[in-house]
Amino acid sequence: MNNGAAAILLEDVGKAFGDKIALKELNLAAPAGRITGLLGPNGAGKTTALEICAGLRPASSGHVRVLGTNPWQAGAGHRAQVGVMLQSGGIWSGASAEQAVTQVARLHRNPIDPQHLLGKVHLDHVGRTPYRRLSGGEQQRVKLACAIVGRPRLAILDEPSSGLDPGTRRDIWQLIRGLREAGTTVVLSTHALEEAEELSDWIVIMDNGRCVASGTTRDLTSDPDSQTLRFRASAHLNRAALLRALPTGFELSEDTPGQYRLSGSEISPTIIASVTAWCAEHGVLAAEMTVSRRNLEQVFLEVTAQTQQATS
Amino acid sequence: MRASTQGPASPATIVRSQAGLEWRLMMANGEQILLTLIIPVVLLVGLSLTEFVSLDADSRIGRLEILVPGVVALAVMSSAFTALAISTGFDRRSEAIKFLGTTPLSRTGLLMAKTIAVLGVLVVQLSVIFATALLLGWRADGTVLLAVPLIVLGTLAFAALGLALAGVLRAEATLAAANAVYVLLLLGGGVIVPSSDFPEPWSGLVSALPSAALADGLRQTMSAMPSPATLLGCSAILLVWAVVGGLVVRKWFKWTS
Repeated sequence: MNNGAAAILLEDVGKAFGDKIALKELNLAAPAGRITGLLGPNGAGKTTALEICAGLRPASSGHVRVLGTNPWQAGAGHRAQVGVMLQSGGIWSGASAEQAVTQVARLHRNPIDPQHLLGKVHLDHVGRTPYRRLSGGEQQRVKLACAIVGRPRLAILDEPSSGLDPGTRRDIWQLIRGLREAGTTVVLSTHALEEAEELSDWIVIMDNGRCVASGTTRDLTSDPDSQTLRFRASAHLNRAALLRALPTGFELSEDTPGQYRLSGSEISPTIIASVTAWCAEHGVLAAEMTVSRRNLEQVFLEVTAQTQQATS
Repeated sequence: MRASTQGPASPATIVRSQAGLEWRLMMANGEQILLTLIIPVVLLVGLSLTEFVSLDADSRIGRLEILVPGVVALAVMSSAFTALAISTGFDRRSEAIKFLGTTPLSRTGLLMAKTIAVLGVLVVQLSVIFATALLLGWRADGTVLLAVPLIVLGTLAFAALGLALAGVLRAEATLAAANAVYVLLLLGGGVIVPSSDFPEPWSGLVSALPSAALADGLRQTMSAMPSPATLLGCSAILLVWAVVGGLVVRKWFKWTS
């Protein structure tokens, strides 16, 4: 990725809260005009990183640039260009959705019409209900509307779809894609790998306060040994003998008795034919064969497991 | 989404609109209305018509002359201190203040907006209190306009103290402390019973409290012959409390909970 076109650039950023180290040498770049998904287990430092980008906290060390500015020292002009959705809270509990979105709109010179936006996030029917009486999904949508009503160049969204039902989540995704189409850079954190895979042009996986992997979904999942063939057969096959029937570079494991997983550079029709032929020769039926690419979830579990090992 | 059209609204628009929202939220909150309107009016009516609290007066009009300035001071205290502290404490807990830190509204702008909203609430409070007092037979004296700058100064002092409390304590602790301080000042802060009616050495101590300074000052402005020395003294005490509160806000106000 070309860092020259980064809307957010963090270089060797560290952050400590007393003795607790939240970020250490975090390097992260979010390309302008794209959706960047920030993934990581609980406590990985995603929220801290986003709050530093939003100008809510200073970094303890390192270099932070958001739209070319240090957000901690930025003024109203910069903040008008960055829309933020906090992970928890952020809205006056006694204000209605309409009051909240309208007020945030009034802080900007050229906002989206609040009524129009409320309609777009399907809140027009509860526009006058106090925020505290809205459902979790409705509250999420009020927060999202408040983050984008000022037409930001950059939207920082901390878990925008957490607690939403699948239908509402799809609507939110549509809205976020709409932001990208309008030229807004989006940086969002999520626990849902499906969401990251579905939405993000660029993915950053964090663990233990660091970036452990980044790239497009394709970059991250296109490891040489990314393809897997799963099949069922009788238990305790002679795996070494089966592997000898295949080209080198494959691994075969028996995950549970009778459940096999063959991984290697490419699971071609020839490989599948070799496996079924070998099984037939040994009087075994290979059934339920499925071929899959390595998905983001596997990558995520692998890279976060590696850092867990490295730190323990 | 063109860059040239993006940006913050003007600082005046930002503060004015925020003050409007804060005012509407305060006026829509039932508990705050109880505190800011109902209690002062009930005290004004109850204490002027009965002799439940002994005051240095022998007629209803005489009682009103002592009570009206005290109830006005109580109204200032209830909205500028207690209601403001509680609402700010809960804004911190709901992280509304944290979110606002990411918007074009500056933190100074937010504190200004909250203070303006309190002054707006006071306009409503004082209209109701003065109307009630007039109905009870109280008559405004010619110097009553002198009360306006004193009310503004008292509002600033109590708002600074309320924000200091809300910015330092957690929301629940703020709720408890703001109510406790309100009751303590109501009973022993020289609000209803003038500080000069307290025995020594309490009288001197009580007169240094912001509640007594405001109430004593207001009693001067609403009396036939206000003493400039007492008025200046009361204003100086309020100014000191405003500065102390302001310094605490500046140094220790925590924007996130």
